[in-house]
Amino acid sequence: MPVITFREAINQALRQEMERDEKVVLMGEDVAGGAGGSAGGDEAAGGVMGVTAGLCTQFGRERVIDTPITESAIMGMGAGAALTGLRPVAELMFADFVGVCFDQIYNQAAKFRYMFGGKARTPLVIKTLVGAGMGAGPQHSQAIYPLLTMVPGLKVLTPSNPYDAKGMMIQAIRDDDPVIFCEHKMLLGMEGEVPEEAYTVEFGKAKLTREGSDLTLISMSHMVNHCNTVADRLAEDDFSVEVVDVRTTSPLDTNAILESARKTGRVVVVDEANPMCSMASEISSIIAEHAFEDLDAPIRKVTAPHTPVPANPTLEALYLPSPDKIEMVAREALEYEL
Amino acid sequence: MQLSREELLSAYRRMRTIREFEERLNVEFQSGTVPGFLHLYSGQEAIAVGICEQLDDDRDYIGSTHRGHGHCIAKGVDVKGMMNEIYCKSTGVCGGKGGSMHIADLDKGMLGANAIVGGAPPLAIGAALTAKTLKTGGVAVPFIGDGATNQGTVAEAMNMACVLNLPVVFMFENNGYAEFTAASYATAGSIEARAEAYGMPGTTVDGADFFAVHEAAREAIERARNGGGPSCIEAKAYRFWGHFQGDPQVYREKDEVKNLRENFDCLKNFRTRVTEAALLDGDDLDAIDAEVLALIDEAVTEAKAAPEPSPEALHEDVYVSYQ
Repeated sequence: MPVITFREAINQALRQEMERDEKVVLMGEDVAGGAGGSAGGDEAAGGVMGVTAGLCTQFGRERVIDTPITESAIMGMGAGAALTGLRPVAELMFADFVGVCFDQIYNQAAKFRYMFGGKARTPLVIKTLVGAGMGAGPQHSQAIYPLLTMVPGLKVLTPSNPYDAKGMMIQAIRDDDPVIFCEHKMLLGMEGEVPEEAYTVEFGKAKLTREGSDLTLISMSHMVNHCNTVADRLAEDDFSVEVVDVRTTSPLDTNAILESARKTGRVVVVDEANPMCSMASEISSIIAEHAFEDLDAPIRKVTAPHTPVPANPTLEALYLPSPDKIEMVAREALEYEL
Repeated sequence: MQLSREELLSAYRRMRTIREFEERLNVEFQSGTVPGFLHLYSGQEAIAVGICEQLDDDRDYIGSTHRGHGHCIAKGVDVKGMMNEIYCKSTGVCGGKGGSMHIADLDKGMLGANAIVGGAPPLAIGAALTAKTLKTGGVAVPFIGDGATNQGTVAEAMNMACVLNLPVVFMFENNGYAEFTAASYATAGSIEARAEAYGMPGTTVDGADFFAVHEAAREAIERARNGGGPSCIEAKAYRFWGHFQGDPQVYREKDEVKNLRENFDCLKNFRTRVTEAALLDGDDLDAIDAEVLALIDEAVTEAKAAPEPSPEALHEDVYVSYQ
């Protein structure tokens, strides 16, 4: 099976879906780049991280649309186009920018189907960069997926590897509801085996990236890879650690979460988001409510602190959950005695 | 452009329907039977009808406002279905879950009334992008109140529509008041000048004059359909009621509304114009008045008697599918 990067996996998904369905269009800031430039207007970037490179050259500017820096209009135009017959992928360059366009996402796109009496379909994909680790500071680094997860009407995807990234992007484009596709900056260069052909990954189905019986680590996006690292370290000490990659935070696979919690009786939830109203709190509360009797230790959380993301790399490293921090909490959970 | 007898009758019927619908809702609202907030369109009928009479059901879209009943009726949304929706009944066009401020009918090209001021223009340019991409020849018309004029979304939509040369007619309705605050206070410069700043044609018309609106809209729609890109129309509008029903309107001079109803009534203007020019006679219009009155009567009676949504409806239609 070919080994490609997370970035290439998303690009391949977009390319294959645009080849399959002419109603799929891509829009956003510099998704092609170069429009109107003195060099002649050819594609110049393919997105600020190069994820959409080559698509404009293949599909033309009618379908790969460079927009002004105008996030409300990008999100709204995507939503309106989805409502009327296109299948747009609208790029919100950094998820932090949701601050200037949230209305078009949560009051408009997310609510059409419900408030229009079930008659609307809004096949909109919002593709957006999340996460810290590049020293990009407070307004370009946040893991804001909990904010989107709490909105009824949205689906939120947090892929942790290239295989899921491709399959989830293809499913997102084919899906008839508004979907937020969170691509973590630190994962774009991650390599993995990805089939050449198009395939889909079902939403709301968690994946066990490690199977174990002593402890469950539950996570999403980039943090899943840290959890895998910790599980492998602990295996050297003969601890059997299970890792649940929820893959999508909405819908959330509560069955898989509860099944693993009941099996191991010890749970650590790892989330890059700020702690209040995070996925860590939500998942913890689900386990506490439904699997309390099966627990052998308190549910533990490893999250970012209740602070903005600092630009200083040393502070940023302190801010982020790391394999070391996760391992420390995991060992405490393993050693806890009732 | 001279309109045919059928076109004139159709326009009058739509305007009269809006007026009757709104005036009756005021009466019913006072009796306490209508849930939620109500923002009436009385006085502005010629604007919605002047443009929507020239739009197609299947390829042309409008985006509306919280004052959206008139836009819906003008675009052909079923009047009884609307009344049922305003009463939040299961028989409403949105199953009772949208209510007055979210009436939508995509089959009629109606993208929804919108309770977020300035919410609709970005959506409308999306409909225009669909029309351009799929080459349907369709046009999108966002209605924008003078209050929404100052929202960033409107500026963003105007710029994007120009940059992408989208088939859009931005229809501004300046009724002089953003809620309880005068447009003269809250809107700097002029709406027409804002259009010019984006390099698109802009014109100002009297919103009480159906024929003036119709002519300006005809030119703008034709330009958009022929690939000429977006344009703006500012219609001076006259709001016969407060911002919402229950607004005591202490910000208006005592006789302001009385003066508007006497001297700036688009329905009276229309009647005078067509009867004096002998295009229609008074009997034609009286007959429509009677039919419309009966229709609204029936709509209210049916809406009051219609069933509530089932408890299950609370959980339905959040998603197309959700595992």
